[in-house]
Amino acid sequence: MQSMKSEFTAEFLSDLYRQMVTIRFFEESLVAPILNSEIRTPCHLSCGQEAIAVGLCSGLSRDDYVFGSHRSHGHYLAKGGDLRAMMAEIYCKATGCSRGRGGSMHVIDQDVGMMGSAPIVAGTVSLAVGAALAAQIRQDGRVVVSFFGDGACGEGVLYESLNFAALKRLPVIFACENNLYSTHLPIRECRVSQPIYMTAASFGIESHQVDGNDLLQVLGAGRNAVEACRKGNGPVFLELMTYRLRGHVGPDDAIQGTHQDIRPQHEIEAWRKRDPITCFERYLLAGQLVDEHTMASIRADVAAGIGKARDYAMESPSPRREELLRYVFA
Amino acid sequence: MSSPRRLQYSLAINEALHQVMELDASVFLIGQGVKSPWYVGNTARGLLDRFGEARVIDTPVSENGITGAAVGAAIAGMKPVVVHPRMDFMFFAMDPIINQAANWYYMNGGSGSVPVVFWGIINRGGAQGAQHSQAIHGLFANIPGLKVVMPATAYDAKGLMIAAIRDANPVVFVDERLLYHLEEVVPEEVYSVEIGKGCIRREGKDVTVVAVSFMVHEAMRAAEVLAAEGVDVEVIDLRTIKPLDRDLILQSVGKTGRLVVADVGWKSFGMSGEIAALAAEEAFGSLKAPVLRVALPDCPAPANGVLEDAYYQAVDHIVGTIRQFGLVC
Ligand SMILES: Cc1ncc(C[n+]2csc(CCOP(=O)(O)OP(=O)(O)O)c2C)c(N)n1
Ligand SMILES: [Mg+2]
Repeated sequence: MQSMKSEFTAEFLSDLYRQMVTIRFFEESLVAPILNSEIRTPCHLSCGQEAIAVGLCSGLSRDDYVFGSHRSHGHYLAKGGDLRAMMAEIYCKATGCSRGRGGSMHVIDQDVGMMGSAPIVAGTVSLAVGAALAAQIRQDGRVVVSFFGDGACGEGVLYESLNFAALKRLPVIFACENNLYSTHLPIRECRVSQPIYMTAASFGIESHQVDGNDLLQVLGAGRNAVEACRKGNGPVFLELMTYRLRGHVGPDDAIQGTHQDIRPQHEIEAWRKRDPITCFERYLLAGQLVDEHTMASIRADVAAGIGKARDYAMESPSPRREELLRYVFA
Repeated sequence: MSSPRRLQYSLAINEALHQVMELDASVFLIGQGVKSPWYVGNTARGLLDRFGEARVIDTPVSENGITGAAVGAAIAGMKPVVVHPRMDFMFFAMDPIINQAANWYYMNGGSGSVPVVFWGIINRGGAQGAQHSQAIHGLFANIPGLKVVMPATAYDAKGLMIAAIRDANPVVFVDERLLYHLEEVVPEEVYSVEIGKGCIRREGKDVTVVAVSFMVHEAMRAAEVLAAEGVDVEVIDLRTIKPLDRDLILQSVGKTGRLVVADVGWKSFGMSGEIAALAAEEAFGSLKAPVLRVALPDCPAPANGVLEDAYYQAVDHIVGTIRQFGLVC
């Protein structure tokens, strides 16, 4: 991680740390309840990819918009979404952010600009473009971030969206989290080997590849992208290189009892060493920016908050049978 | 003597694919997950090893392009089976399925048939929510030029897959993951189940239940419950929803005078309405009571378990509906 010592205050850096730890602890807290079936909704954990959500969202204001995917717990939290409401949603409770109707794959908090997430791969990319179009028509200065994975680069709608956004110079940041896998398929089986960002560049879009596990690099690229969008020089495409430390869905990829993680062990180990949170911790300590004591108290505080959120979720009521048809129409 | 061979529903599909691919080099399987049990269970087991990557093609997440490619290959003389591990993903593929494949033969005046199988799996329940559990067979059945089959049993899963592949037309093959573990006697030889023909799973004289897929099993259970109450239920397994086996339905309704339709899809504008209309149009004279329907309420699939329980229809709903006829003494 490059040295940016002077640029940020200890308070700001501590807050970034808190956010990454919150996402990690939140998702790790789901592992046991998933395994004992207390949680039924399919959860796609983003452990290992926290720096992307936190880095990009830190450059946004509350009014800016974010659209997510099937793996969006991190996006929701980084955008400022209410932690208890997401926990309750994962338990499908009436107090959940989607009132128990959506589950893990539909996290939303429109009050803070988390406009929604959905598991149809690439399904929200064009919606993000539409929100950017709205911002442009209204000239309200908003910027939109569309989060999607490398797998989404298989869908035609992504390219229709890139072209239209480029054509209209829309204030949208295409944030492609390239974790090298699309479910069971490694990226080399999904596309010929060429960096994804180069494809986006061919649409006439400013495009960069970024180390997605390096929080400050993501943050820097994100701020530049936001600035470009605000000045009317959007869209921007960022390919953020990363890796998921847990399974595609659920804690690990054991399927049918026999099928373990299809990813090579040495690859997993190599990426574990590049865990974005430990990398950031090392950076903070090495630069004497935030000390171990402060980090420990942040971790303890976050863990306590998550415990409370879980209690809240457990104690919350379920939606009632009679309410099945509520929310079909507005 | 050894007892007859039993096979799981999913492995019956697998056997159909093995056998047809062995017999016909123009058949190939394409879609997401065909090299992994993640998506398609064990329906694709052993195919890659046996037939190689040229004919067992795992794909990027590109439903529109891949489905179109399957349609194009069919036009060029192949017999592709394109799998969508959830029906929900087929919405990205509607243009090749509906605009192209379904219309192709007619709009080209009978030149160039399109022998392709669009295989879509229903993933009922599991707190998966609105975009991962949809059953859209009714939507496909609305389209002229498409046939739609929905096997409820392992025997039919094999026979209908073989028939679908051999059919000269685009066929939508719809199965349900919840049925995959069901096991029954399945002949080892190659056979097909005729498309367009339903069957009577249980004879009865008081009420006809016309069911598909998962609901066939629920209807059979309902019939057991009601038998104990002295109500004699006839259960028809449609097997194919388009073309509809009208004669079978009309004959049964002619006998019982009462009809309940049990669908795995939504109630409005779907399969159950079509069958109710058939009875109203052509069996009006023999109906002793209004036609009743058991189908999903007009609501997206909820994630919460209590709501799922209210949303999904099962044996109790069928029993309750039949009781409305007031036959119970
Ligand atoms: C239209 C559609 N097709 C297929 C799927 C099944 N599916 C869910 S996640 C996924 C892979 C997505 O990979 P990527 O975009 O790289 O995201 P990641 O899971 O790696 O975060 C697939 C194919 C889907 N949800 N939607
Ligand atoms: Mg990926």
